[in-house]
Amino acid sequence: MAKQHVVVVGGGLAGLAATMRLAEAGVHVYLISMVPVKRSHSVCAQGGINSVNNYTRQQGDSEWLHFDDTVYGGDFLQHQPLVKEMCDWAPRVIDLLDRLGVTFNRTPEGLRDQRRFGGTMYKRTAFAGATTGQQLIYALDEQVRRWEADGLVEKFEYWDFLGPILDDSGRCRGVVAQDMFSMETRSFAADAVVLATGGCGLVFGRSTMSMICTGGAAGRAYKAGVKYGNGEFVQVHPTAIPGTDKLRLMSESARGEGGRVWVPKKPQDDRDPRSIPANERYYFLEERYPKYGNLVPRDIATREIFDVCVNMGLSVEQDQLCAYLDVTELSPETQKKLDGILEIYEKFQGADPRQVPMKIFPAVHYSMGGLWVDYEKNTTTGGLVLGSQRNQQSNIPGIFVIGEADYQYHGGNRLGANSLLSCIFSGLIVAPSIENMLHSFSAGNAEDQPISLFDGAVKEHEAHADRLIKNQGSENPYQIHKELGDSMTRNVTVVRNNDDIKSTLAKIEELKDRYQNVALSDTGDWTNQNLSFTRALGDMIMMARVIAQGALQRDECRGAHFKPNFLTPPMDADDPAELHKQAQRWCKAFKEKNDRWLKSTIAEFTPDGPKMSYESVDTSLIPPRPRTYGLKGAEIIDEVWREMGAQAKTEQQAGAGTAN
Amino acid sequence: MAKTIPVKIKRQDTPHDGSRWETFDVPYESGMNVTTVLQRIAANPMTAEQQSSTPVAYDACCLEEICGACTMVINGRVRQACSALVDDLLQEQADSIELQPMTKFPVVRDLVVNRQPMFNSLSKVKAWVRVDGYHDMGSGPRVSEATQEEAYPLSRCMTCGCCVEACPQFNDHSPFIGPAAISQAILFNSHPTGAVDREDRLAVLSDAGGIADCGNSQNCVKVCPKEIPLTDSIAKAGRDTTLYKIRQWFGR
Ligand SMILES: Cc1cc2nc3c(=O)[nH]c(=O)nc-3n(C[C@H](O)[C@H](O)[C@H](O)COP(=O)(O)OP(=O)(O)OC[C@H]3O[C@@H](n4cnc5c(N)ncnc54)[C@H](O)[C@@H]3O)c2cc1C
Ligand code: SF4
Ligand code: SF4
Ligand code: FES
Repeated sequence: MAKQHVVVVGGGLAGLAATMRLAEAGVHVYLISMVPVKRSHSVCAQGGINSVNNYTRQQGDSEWLHFDDTVYGGDFLQHQPLVKEMCDWAPRVIDLLDRLGVTFNRTPEGLRDQRRFGGTMYKRTAFAGATTGQQLIYALDEQVRRWEADGLVEKFEYWDFLGPILDDSGRCRGVVAQDMFSMETRSFAADAVVLATGGCGLVFGRSTMSMICTGGAAGRAYKAGVKYGNGEFVQVHPTAIPGTDKLRLMSESARGEGGRVWVPKKPQDDRDPRSIPANERYYFLEERYPKYGNLVPRDIATREIFDVCVNMGLSVEQDQLCAYLDVTELSPETQKKLDGILEIYEKFQGADPRQVPMKIFPAVHYSMGGLWVDYEKNTTTGGLVLGSQRNQQSNIPGIFVIGEADYQYHGGNRLGANSLLSCIFSGLIVAPSIENMLHSFSAGNAEDQPISLFDGAVKEHEAHADRLIKNQGSENPYQIHKELGDSMTRNVTVVRNNDDIKSTLAKIEELKDRYQNVALSDTGDWTNQNLSFTRALGDMIMMARVIAQGALQRDECRGAHFKPNFLTPPMDADDPAELHKQAQRWCKAFKEKNDRWLKSTIAEFTPDGPKMSYESVDTSLIPPRPRTYGLKGAEIIDEVWREMGAQAKTEQQAGAGTAN
Repeated sequence: MAKTIPVKIKRQDTPHDGSRWETFDVPYESGMNVTTVLQRIAANPMTAEQQSSTPVAYDACCLEEICGACTMVINGRVRQACSALVDDLLQEQADSIELQPMTKFPVVRDLVVNRQPMFNSLSKVKAWVRVDGYHDMGSGPRVSEATQEEAYPLSRCMTCGCCVEACPQFNDHSPFIGPAAISQAILFNSHPTGAVDREDRLAVLSDAGGIADCGNSQNCVKVCPKEIPLTDSIAKAGRDTTLYKIRQWFGR
């Protein structure tokens, strides 16, 4: 039998975690990445990584509460066994990172320090200065370099993944990729392929994501038949710094450490912000959400900033939408903890945020949706059967997906500092699943497959590139990308209306046609970045359609997906009896909404556009409950909801009794 | 007419070709940086002489000076394109912006260079913590705040190459591993578990291409965008290798 290999595409946190675990088990890995893995997008993460810890435990925190916050924050749209397993492992994941030498911030006693992030009452977030993602990826990169020195990992950096290779039975036998320097296209035979290719922010033009986050790789897998889940769930981060090439993130840690969001009560007040007295400032998050204050979950903070700036006309500036994020009143010690992110503001805006409040506005930030993956539930623990070949495996046998590229873990909305965790966790658990799969193979390995299978796939991709290069059109790919991003950002982000989404879908169709006419300004065969970009643009147009179509069809509000026309009307009565009645109506509407929409959107590629279906969600561990952050009468809703739950249970038991 | 900025770029088609200069007039936008300039050129690769050209090849990823990809020589100074703001550049040199690839690495194309030698140096100095395995073994060693504050700045090195570009001793004919790798060796030697490989690292630093090649000109520390105290690391490496050699001598 030939030697077995695994291809890992993507060397962000997820891909590196998988690679090092596979190498530790003696599996040979080809690690393919568009950029040197150390420069992957994961370096951008600033704030930190969540887990229960000894400190929060003493305040009553537990793995279960971390799990609860995650599914509540995600509006119950995630399969709970995965989330439970992740939260159970989180403390051990952080311990491992600690052992690998991550320079986590310390307390005076030498323990790991923690901060609080949005959507929780506990200080669960471990951090390394304001560059946690960079520190974590370096630790994993170093481990992978160690295995590379031992010959178990072979890196192919500056290689663009073009697609999986499927045999006649539909099993994945490897991938095709292109060297972005020499433009050579070749195949890699592999017995398992792991896609760890990150999010797709560039579909929205500018976002907080890196230049490589086109979603191109996910698009290629989708086109080959991998299902795509919950595409319409895209997180818009409340606080980003507007820029010409990128919307740079101002991490939630600024608020975690006490930063406050406000606008002057007087529209476009042109006084120096520091001279505006407190009673003339509108601290809208604190006023509207007294319990969480500035640390409400992201989707809520985003909508409130949007509401105050757009609907109320209270934007700080006239010609650019923005609110203040203010850390000027924090102590110098606290400001020091934020040095890394404050430096970013200073560097790119030329103003010192320690002295003047920062100007921020929401920006596309994270793809909750992604390629569909399976899992195997452990019926005893409610978590996962670790090592099961189903874990993180897509609907195409042999293709696994991890990290931001998969659709799991975060449901309708991701909590801050949970993504670094899900990336590393999914990377760590995919390895034993693959190991078991490799051991179980009875059929021949990938390398034993006929050469024609691999050569055919390479030829197909070469022909595609050739068509793009020879195209004699008049369309400019960068212009198409700009128009795509503008339309998606305008109509498919913070506030969604069906008519607007339809106009974006029409725009996408138009761009798809114009794309057929695209002309490359570089037709050479050496380091042709124009070709890589244009190829990815085709995938972005396709994925935009998946996102917009999912958004159009989902007539409800859930997590980051907000459609005002389908909002359950808030309660407004003052009379307690009336309020109670309203709460009952509200809860009934909520139940109906869940019966209809508490389902993952699943898109499957067809040449005529995505075929949509809906998959039920495993909510067996924590029953869904209304997300009532800041709603009037929230306690009453909670109470009525509990009553309704209890009643349903009694009826069920009574029903079961008669049947017997 | 809107203001345009002349951007002069040193171009090279392949590693084997010679180089040439091309100038592009790029419409000014407020707040723009050099990566935006390169994006605008890619969208409309027309030279100042109205000759149609090709997009300029360049490396970039994070666009917030944290990945290290976009290092190049801008107006004669090595730095990151994404954090080089056009307004600042025009203040330094009012009439134009000039972009060149780094000179210490082989050019791949235009502004893209091959920095693989830097990653190889990291392997050479075993820049990793050799743990027993990735199974659960409890937390790592306790670390005092003071130690963390010393280690953290070193661990921010993004292998961008500014320091080696500025270093008179580093070039493609010399085996010198350069200041970034020396500093990483010191970082891992200072970690309680990383110190397991301490002697191996010191052996590399004592060998050809190691610390003896540093001429102590201190250029590196001046250009490091992350303000890593490279010369402190170099000084420490000097002391540690001296002691290492004495140990070796007595050991023999
Ligand atoms: C500014 C910012 C700050 C954040 N801060 C936090 C935080 O504080 N806490 C938190 O938990 N999360 C945070 N996140 C989210 C988190 O950083 C990301 O979700 C996570 O890093 C994604 O990691 P990944 O391994 O899935 O993919 P990435 O790190 O995005 O890596 C993708 C990899 O795939 C490769 N790739 C992609 N396409 C191809 C292709 N076609 N061919 C070959 N290779 C390809 C790339 O080269 C890269 O190596 C933040 C995100 C942003 C944007
Ligand atoms: S101090 Fe040493 S490493 Fe730094 S620039 Fe000078 S010679 Fe190079
Ligand atoms: S030490 Fe500084 S200049 Fe040198 S590679 Fe690292 S970050 Fe860049
Ligand atoms: S693009 Fe990452 S440092 Fe400039």
